[in-house]
Amino acid sequence: MSLFHVLGFCLKIGQLFWMLCCWFLSWFLDADKSPLDPDKTKMKNHNKMCFLWNKISTSGLKIPPSFSHHLFGSVRFGKTFWRKVLVAWVVSWVLISFWTFWCLTSQAMAKRKETLASMCDERARMLQDQFNVSMNHVQAMSILISTFHHSKFPSAIDQRTFSEYTDRTSFERPLTSGVAYAVRVLHSERQEFERQQGWTIRRMEQNPVHKDDYDTEALEPSPVQQEYAPVIFAQDTVSHVISLDMLSGKEDRENVLRARRSGKGVLTAPFPLIKTNRLGVILTFAVYKRDLPSNATPNERIEATNGYLGGVFDIETLVENLLQQLASKQTILVNVYDTTNHSQPISMYGSHVSADGLEHVSPLNFGDPFRKHEMRCRFKQKPPWPVQSMVTSFGILVIALLVAHIFHATLSRIRRAEEDCHKMELLKKKAEAADVAKSQFLATVSHEIRTPMNGVLGMLHMLMDTELDVTQQDYVRTAQASGKALVSLINEVLDQAKIESGKVELEEVRFDLRGILDDVLSLFSGKSQEKGLELAVYISDRVPEMLIGDPGRFRQILTNLMGNSIKFTEKGHIFVTVHLVEELLDSSDVETSSSSSTENTLSGLPVADRKRSWQNFKAFSSNGHRSLALAPSEINLVVSVEDTGVGIPVEAQSRIFTPFMQVGPSISRTHGGTGIGLSISKCLVGLMKGEIGFSSTPKVGSTFTFTVVFANGMHSTERKSELHNNNQPEFEGMNAVLVDHRPARAQVSWYHFQRLGIRVEVVTSVDQALRFMKTYATTVNMILIEQEVWNKEADVFVKDPLVHSPKLFLLANSIDTSVSDTLSNVIDPPVLIVKPLRASMLAATLQRGLGIGKRETPQRKGPPALILRNLLLGRKILIVDDNNVNLRVAAGALKKYGADVVCAESGVKAVSLLKPPHEFDACFMDIQMPEMDGFEATRRIRGMEEEMNNGEALTVEEGKRSRWHLPVLAMTADVIQATQEECLKCGMDGYVSKPFEAEQLYREVSRFFNSPSDTES
Amino acid sequence: MDAHVAQLQMQYRNYILSLYQQGFLDDQFTELKSLQDDGSPDFVAEVLSLFFDDCVKLVGNMARALDQIGTVDFCQVGANVHQLKGSSSSVGAKRVKGLCINFKELCEAKNYEGCVRCLQQVDIEYKTLKAKLQDMFNLEKQIVQAGGIVPQVDIN
Repeated sequence: MSLFHVLGFCLKIGQLFWMLCCWFLSWFLDADKSPLDPDKTKMKNHNKMCFLWNKISTSGLKIPPSFSHHLFGSVRFGKTFWRKVLVAWVVSWVLISFWTFWCLTSQAMAKRKETLASMCDERARMLQDQFNVSMNHVQAMSILISTFHHSKFPSAIDQRTFSEYTDRTSFERPLTSGVAYAVRVLHSERQEFERQQGWTIRRMEQNPVHKDDYDTEALEPSPVQQEYAPVIFAQDTVSHVISLDMLSGKEDRENVLRARRSGKGVLTAPFPLIKTNRLGVILTFAVYKRDLPSNATPNERIEATNGYLGGVFDIETLVENLLQQLASKQTILVNVYDTTNHSQPISMYGSHVSADGLEHVSPLNFGDPFRKHEMRCRFKQKPPWPVQSMVTSFGILVIALLVAHIFHATLSRIRRAEEDCHKMELLKKKAEAADVAKSQFLATVSHEIRTPMNGVLGMLHMLMDTELDVTQQDYVRTAQASGKALVSLINEVLDQAKIESGKVELEEVRFDLRGILDDVLSLFSGKSQEKGLELAVYISDRVPEMLIGDPGRFRQILTNLMGNSIKFTEKGHIFVTVHLVEELLDSSDVETSSSSSTENTLSGLPVADRKRSWQNFKAFSSNGHRSLALAPSEINLVVSVEDTGVGIPVEAQSRIFTPFMQVGPSISRTHGGTGIGLSISKCLVGLMKGEIGFSSTPKVGSTFTFTVVFANGMHSTERKSELHNNNQPEFEGMNAVLVDHRPARAQVSWYHFQRLGIRVEVVTSVDQALRFMKTYATTVNMILIEQEVWNKEADVFVKDPLVHSPKLFLLANSIDTSVSDTLSNVIDPPVLIVKPLRASMLAATLQRGLGIGKRETPQRKGPPALILRNLLLGRKILIVDDNNVNLRVAAGALKKYGADVVCAESGVKAVSLLKPPHEFDACFMDIQMPEMDGFEATRRIRGMEEEMNNGEALTVEEGKRSRWHLPVLAMTADVIQATQEECLKCGMDGYVSKPFEAEQLYREVSRFFNSPSDTES
Repeated sequence: MDAHVAQLQMQYRNYILSLYQQGFLDDQFTELKSLQDDGSPDFVAEVLSLFFDDCVKLVGNMARALDQIGTVDFCQVGANVHQLKGSSSSVGAKRVKGLCINFKELCEAKNYEGCVRCLQQVDIEYKTLKAKLQDMFNLEKQIVQAGGIVPQVDIN
């Protein structure tokens, strides 16, 4: 697992690294491409850095063109700060990594130097030690010679002894290749010496000869000198020097002289050795005749000199041998120099070939103060690449650049996100604007289409009235139907658009909910009767009579739902109920139990579970206390439309409120419609602070339920019963028996009859009704019987004599033939009340049916126009109005009722015409007139009448009319209470609104005129 | 011949309906028509001509009153508007009446701009109505000439 992580991490790092490489490459390419000043390229490193810095900061970081191309063109000023920070970061870390590199490298160098120094010193010390050992031994040998050669006579040492001895002790002198002894021979003693030795003293070759050619015998004898130093003993390795005069060699002479003077070991400068021709130095010790004190003068020393012992140091070989003993020979090169002459050091050992510049110098002390030597050490190899420091610093750089990259990526991402956000906002605004524009466009276009469509429809209508053959008529009918569908669609679209664009504002007017429902019911009554459906409304008693809200929109919702129900229902019923939310909350348990039995529905067919349609409503949520949040004046209504139609397929139920979504394409073909209605309804319900929901069972039916919030339109002083009385006072106190075996249907009928003030006793069967009639026959005004019951038991019913006294009404869904047939068989056929029941229709039918009741009050019945004619016929009436048109119209109206009309154009003229004794029966007077208004004119008339009355009271005999009082009625357009009071105050008897309404005219006129028939009779 | 009459009648009916639908006329016009009978066969025409004469006169009055910039007698204009309102409601000229109601309010508020605008509208409106009604009478005449009877139009 962790391996994978590591792998992933490595890959990630690799990728980043690769990117960085690209980045760098492009950076440098970029820098190269830029035209550089040739002077600037020669600048020192830090100058270059400065230049780069300037370049970077001025070019606004176009360093990584490979993956920042998307940033071009969108660089904003606000971001330059962060960009500078980024560049500063990168540059500072580059500097830091360089510094680290330098630090580490110098550290390594120091360490190397130290190593070299220690190694060099070690070698120098060893060399010095070994040299000293050799030197000491040589010195010891000199003492040996002094002891055994010079102090003994005859000498204990000859050449053979010497060479043997030296050979055997050569291990003591590891640095010497050989030793030799030369004696001091004065010129005076030369002959004696040569004779003794058996050979002549020879001088050294002045010119070095080749080793192989070297031949001692060939050397010429030494020329005459003051003294000589011929070698008498020599180790085998240097036996060729025997008989050579040491003083004849330049180096040797100097050495010998210095040695005997100082009494110490003396070294020659390095020189090529005789015969071997190798580089070497010679150490020379003087051998004295006696033991000299350490402070002896040089002359004393010269005097005491017996001979000279010399050791040959073949430095090259010797040092080689020495170094081979040490480890790490390969790593360093050693050079040994004689630096007696500082300006021209003489190389004693070592080559000059070295790659490394590093050198350490260690001084060497070989015991000869005159000669100075030093050892110079170098490493053989160049110093290795400082890999560690390079890696470290590069690592630091990489990390810093990675951080910078991350930072940069973050910045650019933030910027991109901001830009995207900005773009999104713009788009959102655009979309919103487009939405509004769409709605406006729809609204405008729909409106514009409607106008010409009206023309098209009108023309089609006219076309249908012309003579057409069957095919043509079919075409026209189709065209008209399509046109109508189009118009209704447009209206709906217009509605939807209006709602969406928020242009719909709800009205706040006072309205009668029951009236609205009656209206909607009458709208659908035709269709329901056609299909034989039971259509009914039930409104709970607790719903106030008057509400405040938007009746038009409420009606629209209801029409829509009912329209759908009607469309999809072929048999059964459509039942609209209105309740208060509280009511349903209180009784919800009872509802469930009662509605579960299918028998209890309006038509006896099963229905969808009504309760499920509102189970998601907030108003019905489990705590159910939303009603508490409502202001006390607000009325929360629940309206349900229940049908026994085809129902909504389960798969379509979710999209039922989506505009233009119908159950399936076949629906619009078979049933028409656009599928926008429910969506509009939902919007409207939402506007009315309500919710809409439904429950539907396929093949059983659907129930749509919605809630709306209205304000209470009832004033606290008003009583519901008063309103009832005002509507239909004539049925107050009547009793009825309703025969119906379905409780639900009976309840609806009961509701409608009790609205009219009729008390209804519900019985479930004919038998029960008959039993009831036996006891209460006298008090029952009417018997109501359901068509269903009638069809089954009509015969039994009609035959019973008890039933004949009250009027019989039949409640039917439609006027089909079977009913009419049965009706024609009966002697006194029952009056047919065709459902749906609604107040106005019901009242009219009952009035017609209860003919007896009407005949008792004949003057109150019948069309008002007729009665008016009776009242006004032959009456002479004066009309006063300054407005010609009004005058003419009013006159025409009254003339129509048979009155004899005289017109007057002004108050003054009216006053002049109305001088008592009056020749007119009445006067209709306009109030607002120039010169003299109606009030003034009336006041004057009343004044004149008063005078007359007072005068006549004295003259006219009794029995005559005691007072003159002409009925004066105000004609006014505004029916404000204040005006009415004003009218009465100035002596008018009443008022009529200006365009005459027959009803009102009748009401007022009848107060003054008895009907002619009465007077006649 | 009958077809022609029927067509004319149809046209007449639609025309009247359109007048109602477009809000030129209201129920009062129906009432007015119902007042016409054999006793007064030209009652409607008579009243309407009175009305339009009134309109001409009143609009003229108001225009003159509103012309006196700075010293506009709003009371006088108001009185004229009232007259016009009364007449128009009597004949059932719904649009004119509606305009008059607005006009009167503007007058009471002494809103000169509004009054002038409203007056223009009234002027346009009554002339439009006049033209429309003229067409209606022409149609009636044509029907009568074609030997038909002018149908009663039930606007409900």
